[in-house]
Amino acid sequence: MAASRTDTAAQAHAENGSANSGHPGRASRVPGIAAGAARRGRSLLGAVAGVVAGRVQDALKADLDDRDPDYIRENLPWVWLMSSLWFRGEVRDIGRIPEEGAVLLVGNHSGGNVTPDTTVFTLAFYTYFGVERRFHQLAHNLVLTSPIGPLLRRYGTVAASHENARKALEAGAAVLVYPGGDWEVHRPSWQTNRVDFAGRRGFVRLALEAGVPIVPIVAIGGQETALFLSHGERLSRGLGLDRLFRLKVLPISVTMPWLINVGDFLGHVPLPSKITIQVLKPIDLVERFGRDPDVDAVYDHVTAVMQETLYELAAERRLPVVG
Amino acid sequence: MRIEESIDVEAPRSVVWDYLTDPANYLVFMDGATRWDVVGDVERGLGARYRVLLRVGSAEVGGLIEVVEWHPEADMAWSSVTGVDQRGRWHLRDRPGGDTRVNFRFAYGVAGAGIAGVLAEHVAARWLRGDFKRSLRAIKEILESSGARA
Repeated sequence: MAASRTDTAAQAHAENGSANSGHPGRASRVPGIAAGAARRGRSLLGAVAGVVAGRVQDALKADLDDRDPDYIRENLPWVWLMSSLWFRGEVRDIGRIPEEGAVLLVGNHSGGNVTPDTTVFTLAFYTYFGVERRFHQLAHNLVLTSPIGPLLRRYGTVAASHENARKALEAGAAVLVYPGGDWEVHRPSWQTNRVDFAGRRGFVRLALEAGVPIVPIVAIGGQETALFLSHGERLSRGLGLDRLFRLKVLPISVTMPWLINVGDFLGHVPLPSKITIQVLKPIDLVERFGRDPDVDAVYDHVTAVMQETLYELAAERRLPVVG
Repeated sequence: MRIEESIDVEAPRSVVWDYLTDPANYLVFMDGATRWDVVGDVERGLGARYRVLLRVGSAEVGGLIEVVEWHPEADMAWSSVTGVDQRGRWHLRDRPGGDTRVNFRFAYGVAGAGIAGVLAEHVAARWLRGDFKRSLRAIKEILESSGARA
């Protein structure tokens, strides 16, 4: 789009030049200058696009060594303050996560692009097991290419892809995945108590390939941090965002301080909703489903136990936000 | 940040010392403690290591600690090996009538955390001070009700 604007400007400049000049020699030189400028513009834009593309690719590569335990330790006080005072976070039965070794933590996701459930759980994980334990969180491409991407990478966040997750599991890490991702996190507020992975079964295949247990993590409260109105999937498709950025949604919500918030690209100030997270018992897939488990059966089981737990947590809540 | 609390217990120092140096008792009397596991072969004494967690605010905070001072019936101090930087100390002294003054000191912080660290330390102190007061009262009640003095 920018390239076509430049081309048009150069062309217009050339046309103006030839129209306003009475000197035939000068008139014949101007289109050549304009064409040169257009070429230079195109090559400049191409270079910029190349740099951007390179940076995006770098941001999405899984360099597990970007995780920085010292940085995490030094920043936990901020996270603890936010989690304890603003979200009144409560993580139950975190000791159910195996003490060591690779494990796939599968969570439901809420709260728009701010995702307070990740904040509360990450703090709980690092304070319980220590920053020394390898822990990686999978995040959407756009999150990692945003200005906070480099900071998140130091926390152990990598781009959500099968390959990145497999690498992390092979390195013996605990990996946190939110299969519902951008779809679930922007579900309308009236679907607050719904686990919605949109049929994404990749996490099951990942656990089977890596031979690691699945530990379901169920969170409530995140979807009460704003008023979420619509996924905006038609809008996203219409603008081609699904093809360009893997964005299935262009959510519409009512948030602070924007009021009507389309896209939630700049995030928002979340309401201080109480976040409660329940860690469920590990599921050994081979032990429970046999040597060659059916992916659909595993998916149905995991989502069913999570949904049941979410209903239980919802039943405990007296008021939205208050908890 | 350093927190210090004391209480007088109607029990001899030897009894208080035995109770406080037994890692199995911490989940009984220490308010907020969710874990106090022995790590390694040394259960008590110099070099004993424990994996310790205390619920503070929204998280269970702690790490691996090691006993670095051990003067029987007088002082036991530990220091953190991993996790939040911390030092703890039990300090026992005689009181008239065969009672024991139990003094507990706990210092903690996160090196390099800057202003957030200072804020978090002050906010956490509110929780921890309450926990430690209740813990000392629990020690007093348990030892006095067990008839340790007799």
